Amino acid sequence: MKLKTLMMAGVCALTPLALSPNASAFCGFYVAKAETDLFNEASKVAIARDGDRTVVTMASDYQGEASEFAMVIPVVDVPERGQINVANPALMDHLDAYTAPRLVEYFDENPCEERRRLEEITVMARRGGAPLPSAVAQKAEDLGVTIEAEYEVGEYDILILSAEESDGLITWLNQEGYNIPDGAEETVEAYLRRGMKFFVAKVSLERHDGNAELRPIQVAYEDEEFMLPIRLGTVNVQGKQELFVFAMTRNGRVETTNYRTVKLPSDMDVPVYLKDEFGDFYKDMFRHQVEKENGKAVFMEYAWDMSWCDPCAADPLSPSELRELGVHWLGDSGPRPNESRPPLLRRPGPQAVDVFVTRLHLRYDASTFPEDLKFQTTGDRTNYQGRYVLRHAWRGDYEQCEAAGEYANTLVDRWDTEATTLASLTGRDIDEIRARMREEGMSASGLGLEGGEPKPKRKWWQRLWGNREE
Amino acid sequence: MLKKATSCLNLSIFVLFPNIMTMRDAPVRLFSGVNSDARHWQLLALASLFFLSRFVSDFGASFTAFGAALSGAMLAQFLGARVTGTRFEWKSAAITTLGVTILLRASDPVFWFGAGLIGIGAKFLIRFNGKHIFNPACLGIAVITLASAGAWVSPGQWGQTPIVAAFALGFAALVLSSAKRLDIALGFLVFFAALLFGRAMWLGDPMVIPAHQMQNGALLVFAFFMITDPRSTPDSRVGRLVFAACVAGLAAWLGWGPHVRGGMIYALGTADDFDRPDFTGEAI
Repeated sequence: MKLKTLMMAGVCALTPLALSPNASAFCGFYVAKAETDLFNEASKVAIARDGDRTVVTMASDYQGEASEFAMVIPVVDVPERGQINVANPALMDHLDAYTAPRLVEYFDENPCEERRRLEEITVMARRGGAPLPSAVAQKAEDLGVTIEAEYEVGEYDILILSAEESDGLITWLNQEGYNIPDGAEETVEAYLRRGMKFFVAKVSLERHDGNAELRPIQVAYEDEEFMLPIRLGTVNVQGKQELFVFAMTRNGRVETTNYRTVKLPSDMDVPVYLKDEFGDFYKDMFRHQVEKENGKAVFMEYAWDMSWCDPCAADPLSPSELRELGVHWLGDSGPRPNESRPPLLRRPGPQAVDVFVTRLHLRYDASTFPEDLKFQTTGDRTNYQGRYVLRHAWRGDYEQCEAAGEYANTLVDRWDTEATTLASLTGRDIDEIRARMREEGMSASGLGLEGGEPKPKRKWWQRLWGNREE
Repeated sequence: MLKKATSCLNLSIFVLFPNIMTMRDAPVRLFSGVNSDARHWQLLALASLFFLSRFVSDFGASFTAFGAALSGAMLAQFLGARVTGTRFEWKSAAITTLGVTILLRASDPVFWFGAGLIGIGAKFLIRFNGKHIFNPACLGIAVITLASAGAWVSPGQWGQTPIVAAFALGFAALVLSSAKRLDIALGFLVFFAALLFGRAMWLGDPMVIPAHQMQNGALLVFAFFMITDPRSTPDSRVGRLVFAACVAGLAAWLGWGPHVRGGMIYALGTADDFDRPDFTGEAI
């Protein structure tokens, strides 16, 4: 932590603009992040892909009884036992934390002295886990279902099934206690006609400690198609599904090709009272942005070279963590992009790694996302992060010097802009935001200016040549 | 930014038709001025698509891409005209530039430059019976994206309302520029849609899926501005429709089999050798 702080200070000092109150560049202190556990039962999928080689790690925030947990995923081929694994849930949590939208804060200096005061703050807390078990397989040849493979992996019993018809498969799955929702026939049939198999997993009560969090399941496979099947998840489900995709590649950013990918609005100044409400802000913002796109967009929340970060919501993942998440190319010789970066701009990653991570977030249902997600890896290595800025006003005697008086006047404008930004990002009512800001002392009266009345705004030309007196 | 862009557009109209602003019957003059060459409508529609892509998509067309592709295409056009001793003809190079800019995304301007250069260069170099074989933008994009992971086609970044507007623009431009080429565009779209809907029916997919697949930026630019290129498509109507069906079939298969994104661009590249003999010579 010491080192991180030091490095940030170093970068700031190199940037002359960083000394002015408006220098937002890439300094500022990280205060909070908005992780996926803000959303109920969100699914998280990490995909590591290079060429056709793909490793998918699937985790869900399942909160119910482990005996009722089941996962049914269409797959292109029958994986061997060695292609399936369970991952440490902490890996996904780390990836989530590293890529999460973040809040940073700045403190204005006393305008009368040219000094900057910085303060460091703590991080939000995190949540707990989920539970467990179930039954297994027998033959049901008469239903036209073939058990292509059967594995015990960690706490899961896994079957790879093929079937002649969806009816038989669904009947069999229901008999086995998988509770396939009504209306799934068409979707299951569509996958079967594509020649796909079904990967089904249940928790083995014998091998699962009732209190432990269910671990993410990993599958390694080769396929030309870079896609994620989501249609089964939309069958007969009330409300929207929440999905986070963390794509790790060698080349660059990953985008959806059959849905519009948009950047979550970022790098904006928001009122400082959001410091303790960042999670609510992020949820409101996401909901509002989804509405603005008519529910039909995939949001990019983070796209970054895994070798560094600035500011860091969490340290970059170590090479061993990345390998566990399926980044199979680490260790291969190849260019190390971070080495070409000027030393001062390298963040304190454990070491340079040839991994570019993209965090995509979508809220979907059958009407807004009728088709499975199709992706492509692009050559775009432009870094992007969801980052929101708090600027703490300097408080003191605004009459001690001329500069302080000037500064106080700019504050009122600045707060107004922050209120407008917050309203447009989240769809919240601007009057409520302003009222809340007044309560927090972010208003002309809070500054003790003009008997509490905001000063009439000066015209633009009045600010031009410093002619303050009219 | 928007203001800047609009003034750019105004300027380009002014450059195209320098006298229009002084005329009293400006609207009529403007129309006949634009209408004097079919490519003017294409240029206007493509320029509008460029701005649409630039301003509605987070990963859309960029002015950098435009500048780079323009340099490449104009350089090749200039050199080609010098070597062949023909007149320097900027309009087709500009059309290629816009096609490349709208469809191709890249990590470095050199890729757009390369696509423009290769596309127009091939127009001079690869010829049969006095006509070029490949659509220049299509070939440029295909070569560059196949050669490097630093360049790619982003077909899904338009969003629903802009894509409808874009289809309307493309259609209007084609009607205005060359009604006789409408058959190949519509033929391609109909064949391609029939394949998508037919497959969905066979798979038991809901029809919203193929309908969703038709809302694709690459498909749009391809159907209205690439496959219609009069220099690289057959001259007879039957020939054009057969050609459109072949390209549609190949494009659909490229998407289903090897899962190629924007498969039609590669499809046109390969199918372009088809039905050559009924070509008659045309100037470059």
